[in-house]
Amino acid sequence: MNDVAIRFTDVSKRFRRGEKHDSLRDLIPSIVRRLTGRAISLPAAERDFMALDHINLEVRRGETLGVIGHNGAGKSTMLKHFAGIMVPSAGRIDVNGRLSALIEVGAGFHPDLTGRENVYLSGVILGMRRAEVTRKFDTIVEFAGLEPFIDTPVKRYSSGMFARLGFAVAAHLEPDILVIDEVLSVGDFIFQQKSLQKMREIARSGATVVFVSHNLKAVSDLCRRTVLMDRGAIVADGPSAAVIQTYLQRERAKTQRSRDVDVEITSVIMSRDGREAAQFQSGDDVTVVVSYRARRPTAQIAVVLSVKDDSLENVFYTSTDALPNTPPVDLAVGESCTITFDLKLHLATGTFHLGVYLHRTDIDRVFDQAVPAATFLVATDPEVRGAANLYPSVRSVEMNRRASVIPSRGGAVRSPQP
Amino acid sequence: MLADPHLRPPQRVTAGRSFAQRVSAAHMAWELLLMLTSREIVVRYKQSVMGFLWALLMPTLVVLAGLVVRAVLARLSGTAHATDALAAMVVKAVPWAFFVSAIRTATSSLTANSNLVTRARCPRIVFPLSAILSALFDLMVAAVPSAALLVYLGMPLSWNLLWVVPLLLLLVLLVSALGVLLAAANLFYRDVKYIVEVFLMFAIFFTPVLYEVRLLGEWRAWVLLNPVAPLLEGFYDAVVRGVTPDLGWIAYSAIVSMATAVVAGLAFRHFEPAFADRI
Repeated sequence: MNDVAIRFTDVSKRFRRGEKHDSLRDLIPSIVRRLTGRAISLPAAERDFMALDHINLEVRRGETLGVIGHNGAGKSTMLKHFAGIMVPSAGRIDVNGRLSALIEVGAGFHPDLTGRENVYLSGVILGMRRAEVTRKFDTIVEFAGLEPFIDTPVKRYSSGMFARLGFAVAAHLEPDILVIDEVLSVGDFIFQQKSLQKMREIARSGATVVFVSHNLKAVSDLCRRTVLMDRGAIVADGPSAAVIQTYLQRERAKTQRSRDVDVEITSVIMSRDGREAAQFQSGDDVTVVVSYRARRPTAQIAVVLSVKDDSLENVFYTSTDALPNTPPVDLAVGESCTITFDLKLHLATGTFHLGVYLHRTDIDRVFDQAVPAATFLVATDPEVRGAANLYPSVRSVEMNRRASVIPSRGGAVRSPQP
Repeated sequence: MLADPHLRPPQRVTAGRSFAQRVSAAHMAWELLLMLTSREIVVRYKQSVMGFLWALLMPTLVVLAGLVVRAVLARLSGTAHATDALAAMVVKAVPWAFFVSAIRTATSSLTANSNLVTRARCPRIVFPLSAILSALFDLMVAAVPSAALLVYLGMPLSWNLLWVVPLLLLLVLLVSALGVLLAAANLFYRDVKYIVEVFLMFAIFFTPVLYEVRLLGEWRAWVLLNPVAPLLEGFYDAVVRGVTPDLGWIAYSAIVSMATAVVAGLAFRHFEPAFADRI
C-alpha cells in the first residue's frame, strides 16, 4: 500500500437521468402521482446510467498519469472522484497523502477583491494554511508576473492575467498528490510553457500527478502512463504513446459508420509515405484520401477539407471548388468517387482534427460531414506553438552595452516629451 | 438506492489519518471559514456606497416600524406611551435583523457558491456558517450605535447585562442549526428560499419584536413556544429592565436550539456526499 498514492477498487458512479426534481413545486405533484399509482416509472437500466463503471486503477507514488477520452467519456467524473468532490455510488477509493485538486483556474476568485485578497482566498480554498500563503505570497505573485497589479481588483484583469494568478496559486500548493484538469489551454504561450515546466517540476519533486486533458500533446509530454476512458470505463491503460495511438485509431473508426444521406463519406485516410499515420512532424508531406458514395442520384458535389485546432476552430480550409482540376462531381446510385489531396503540414505543435464536408457547389446543401474525420498530432523541432509553423530561426543577436536612460515603469508607455 | 449486488458499498479512505492530522484538518476548515466570512464582509462593504450604514439600515427600519405600531396602539387604548418603548425596540430589532439576514443568506449559501461546491474539496458546512458569521459581523456593527443610544436613554447598568453574552450565543446556535438545514434543503429544492422569504416576512408577527409578550396576557405561552421569542425577551429583560431573564423559557429555547443543531449536523453530514451530484 505504501507505494500506492491512489487506488480505485471497483468504483462505480451511477447517475439518474430523466425525472429529477430540483424544486418542491415539482416534487409534491410527483409524490402524489406515485401515491395514487399513476407514476410512469422507467426500468432501472433505462433510468440510470453509469458515469463510472467498475473502475479499478492504481496510481503509484511519484507517477504522472494522464486521463484522456472524448467529451462525455467520464473524464470529469473520474477527476471529481480523484479529488474527493464526488463520492462513488459503490466501490472504494484509497488516498495516501495530501491531495490538492485544480479543477478550474481561479475557482473561488471574487471579481471585486484585489489580486492579493484573492491569492489568500484561493490558497486557503485549495487547502493551504494562511501562514503558508503568507510565506509563499511573493513567489506566487512573481510566478504570475503580476507584481504591479496585485492590489487591483481582479475584475479589471484580462482573462490571461486572471488565469495566470489562478494557476500560480495552485502551482505552489506542494501537495503529495496533484489532480489537474485542463489548465494549459489558458494564458499566452510563455505562460503555457511556464505552467508545463512547473508541472514537470512538481512531478520531478516526487509528487503524484493526475492530469486530465484534451491536449494530447501535453499529456504525452508530461505523463509516462495514460488511461483512455470511454463510456465510464477504462478501455486502455499503458505507456502514453501507445494509449494515445489507440485513442486516435478509435476516434477514426467511429466516423466510419453509415447514415441515411444522399451521399456518404465512406472513408478518410491520412497517410505519409504511403503508410497510414496519426503523428507527424511539422512540414511533412501528407496525403488525405476522401472516398464517398451516392445512395441516391446526386449532382454538383464538392468536397471541403478543413484542419481544426483543439478547440475546433478552423486553422485551414479549402474546397475542391476552389482548387484546379476538380470539376463538380455528379453521381448515379451506387457510384463512388475518391479524391486524393496532397497537403504540406506546416503546422505548429499540437493536436489537430481533420474535418471533411460534402456539399453542393452552391453551398445550399451539406450532404454529409465527418468532424473530426481524423485526429492527429504534430511535433515541431524547435518547438513552436499556435496554429502555423513559420520556421523561426535567429539570425543574429546584437548587444548594446552602452548604458542609456530607462524610463520608469509607470512612464514606459507614455510618449517621450519633446 | 443501490440494489445492484455487484456493487460494494462506497468508501473513501484517506490512509493514516492520525489525531494530529484531524486537528490540522479542523484548523484548515476554521481558516477557510474565516476567509470566506471576510470575503463576504469585504465584498459587501466594498460594493455598497453606504458601507457600514447597511448594517444599520435594517434594524433602524424595524425600530421605526415598531415605534409607529406602538404609538398607534397607545393612542387607541388610551394608555400612556411607555417610556422605554424606544429602548425596547432597539434591543430587539438588532438581534432580529441578524436572525433574518443570517437565515436568508445561509439558505442560499450553497447554491451561491456552486462553483466551489463542485470544484473544491472542503467541508461544505463552511458556506452556511460563513454567511451566518458575516451577518453576526453586521450585528456587531449595529450594536455599537445601539449601545450608545441605550446609554443615552439611561438604561440601568447591572450585572444582568452579562446575560447578553449567553443569549447571543444561543441565538447564533439556533440560527446556525436552521441555516445549515435550510442551505442543504435549498440545494436539493431550489424553491426553499422563496418559502423562507415568505416565512421570514410573517415571522415578525409571531415573534415579540414589535411588542412584549407580557402585553399578551394568557396568550403569552403560545408566542414563547417560538424558540426565538424567549431569547428576544431575555435581551429586553437584561438590558432594558435590568432583571434576570425568565430562565425556564430560556432553558426551553436552549434545548430546542441544541436539538435542532444535532439534527442539522447529522442531516448535513448525511446529505453532503450528494451535493456535487445534485447542485
